[in-house]
Amino acid sequence: MLNYLWASMMFLGIITGAVTGHMNEVSEALVNASQEAVELCLTMLGVVAMWTGILKIGEKAGLLEAMAVKMQPVIRFLFPGIPKNHPAVGYIATNFVANILGLGWAATPAGLKAMESLSELEKERRALKNGMRADSRSRKKFKVMPEGIASNEMCTFLILNISSLQLIPVNIIAYRSQYKSADPTSIIGPAIAATAVSTAAAIIFCKMMDHLMDQRS
Amino acid sequence: MGHVISYVSACILPAVILYIVGFGILSKVNVYDRFVEGAKEGLHIVAGIMPTLIGLILAVGVLRASTFFDIMGKLFEPILHRINMAVEVFTLAIVKMFSSSASTGLLLDVYETYGTDSFSGLTASLMLSSTETIFYTMSVYFMAAKVSKTRYTLPGAMISTAAGIGMSILFAGWMS
Repeated sequence: MLNYLWASMMFLGIITGAVTGHMNEVSEALVNASQEAVELCLTMLGVVAMWTGILKIGEKAGLLEAMAVKMQPVIRFLFPGIPKNHPAVGYIATNFVANILGLGWAATPAGLKAMESLSELEKERRALKNGMRADSRSRKKFKVMPEGIASNEMCTFLILNISSLQLIPVNIIAYRSQYKSADPTSIIGPAIAATAVSTAAAIIFCKMMDHLMDQRS
Repeated sequence: MGHVISYVSACILPAVILYIVGFGILSKVNVYDRFVEGAKEGLHIVAGIMPTLIGLILAVGVLRASTFFDIMGKLFEPILHRINMAVEVFTLAIVKMFSSSASTGLLLDVYETYGTDSFSGLTASLMLSSTETIFYTMSVYFMAAKVSKTRYTLPGAMISTAAGIGMSILFAGWMS
């Protein structure tokens, strides 16, 4: 999927540039963008390392577990296939909380750890399946995905992340007051409502897909 | 009100860190050792996603430089005109799927040209508040899980983004 997407973005850009006579800008962008990407990574490097460091303290202090316990009902509902004490639960909870509070730079490291541990989970499932009997006690059984293919949990986790969970759009409010809005915070209520609708749409979609997969397996 | 909110949000980050480190000390964790250990993991994570980011930013940069986004906006201009929506807002909706920094630049353009509290300004504000950068999030996160087949992630992301955009237009209409 991403392979075709990336290729079509590149083709579309270069062809459009050729047709509209913006080849100079395009070739400039090729050089500048790769440089920009490295600069972004260098900026990210510091902040991500800072957060994964802080998160590690929280993890060792049992804070992640405590949070995972509190978020348990929500996570159980969204991810019925993740075993109760799996580390993924803690990372997903951290990512969701950070997203809701609008701490983007804290959400990303936790999200990356969550994805890593979801792929660990998938590896465990594959091992279980190969080791003769499938775990019949585990509640909901999804089809075990081969390596390199997204599991249901990964899809749900990403779709929810993309649906935007942030409650108060602090940066947008800041831009609005910078540009002399009569009432910069007037968007808070509608923004929460719009975010709620997009998240609800995401949850309904993921639940439908889970059921479809369930019947098929 | 705006100042209060931005002050409170400036307090969130230090407060969270204070809480976690304080909790660590109380739980007798070697906080600095653990911090260094975690930071090292962070370096590996960023190093791992760096190639993905370079590829993605490259593709978005090429698309933007080729004026592709402007052409898309122009294409839909007749419909947008009917509902009194600025072309820039439509372009913004597309750009936001790819890049959050590029969409911030466009948002400020909309504020400058149409005003923050116009229909277009409000729609743009709400749209950026209720959607995320689809392709960036997908490539970075799936890279971390070493996944190349993303199954129904993209359709799901599109549906929820469409819902967010639809609501933004609706609410902005009520507000203005």
